Amino acid sequence: MHGSHLSDTQRRVRALETILTEKGYVDPATLDALIETYESKIGPRNGARVVAKAWADREYRDWLFSDASAAIASLGFTGRQGEHMVAVENTPDVHNMVVCTLCSCYPWPVLGLPPVWYKSAPYRSRAVADPRGVLREFGVELPEKTEIRVWDSTAEVRYLVVPMRPAGTDGLSEDELAERVTRDGMIGTAVL
Amino acid sequence: MGGNQGFGPIEREADEPAFHAEWERRAFALTLAMGATGQWNLDQSRFAREDREPADYLSRTYYEIWEAGLVRLLEERGLLSEEEIQAGHAIDTAREVRRLAAEDVEPLLTRGGGVEREPAGEPRFAVGDRVRARNTHPLTHTRLPRYVRGHVGTIERVHGAHVYPDVHAVTGEEDPQWLYTVRFTARELWGSEENASITVDAWEPYLERLR
Repeated sequence: MHGSHLSDTQRRVRALETILTEKGYVDPATLDALIETYESKIGPRNGARVVAKAWADREYRDWLFSDASAAIASLGFTGRQGEHMVAVENTPDVHNMVVCTLCSCYPWPVLGLPPVWYKSAPYRSRAVADPRGVLREFGVELPEKTEIRVWDSTAEVRYLVVPMRPAGTDGLSEDELAERVTRDGMIGTAVL
Repeated sequence: MGGNQGFGPIEREADEPAFHAEWERRAFALTLAMGATGQWNLDQSRFAREDREPADYLSRTYYEIWEAGLVRLLEERGLLSEEEIQAGHAIDTAREVRRLAAEDVEPLLTRGGGVEREPAGEPRFAVGDRVRARNTHPLTHTRLPRYVRGHVGTIERVHGAHVYPDVHAVTGEEDPQWLYTVRFTARELWGSEENASITVDAWEPYLERLR
């Protein structure tokens, strides 16, 4: 049943593209450019640059937490689904994690398109009601005293978690630091 | 969706690709390209995806919902008919719309579309104020999650005046309203003993001062 449902969707999407192209509403080359952008140009490596710089550069860190949109834009990461950015900092006392219970809001310019689990009913329903249980499912066990702050992205503000800098990374360059930063670390469902 | 139970474990995929099928790529791109024609706004497109029977919403995959939302918007505006989808080609006469060109994709995406506007007046609330999320259940579009309605929280940030989705989705007017980040404790929302809090971003009409 699932298979036939899927091929029905394939047929419908193909028909849609044909019709909208014939009517002059879309240009297939435009569609290719849109796909190319989110498939290979924009992704969590962008966010990793932001985090690494915040770890390495005190002044940049302060700017990021006072005006994230401007600080992130200064590295060239701007635009759709990242117009109003807020960065939140993980510390030994506070762990932040981000969800969109209403749909799939996610900071595209720094993280790319969200993974399927982020958009799924299990994560969206439980991240707000049982964050510690969700983190445990991701293999993250936090001390009892650590406060968990969940950010439900219900407006056009998009949240970027700045994870704690891993121990033993003192001598690393920004490039090397960026390699330590993971997508889930910046959603807040992993610690580095 | 927030707080609903029974959806089971979170299923993750290692090295997940951006898309899982060619039709997902095309459905995604068609939605963005048609959005750029200006025939509807972001909140209208969200409502077209979300305003469906719960069983229908939950049984579709993410991009199946996008496809269904796009078709609904196109049909509502007379840009497409179900008959055309069944036929697989255009039947009705095309209307004049602003088509997004390939060379305009990068500037469009890089520029984005900020929603902060000049405020009409002063904000009613300040950081630290205690507020209650209104117990309201509109049939039209809203971005106030059900799980905070009627609950008490604290203003944590004042963001400025942002386009108000509840009106924008219905009339197309922006009606900017002050936007706040409001923090609720896990105890207030869930009766939980956990050391946790949840914030939502809420427009001023969603909130009332606690007396």
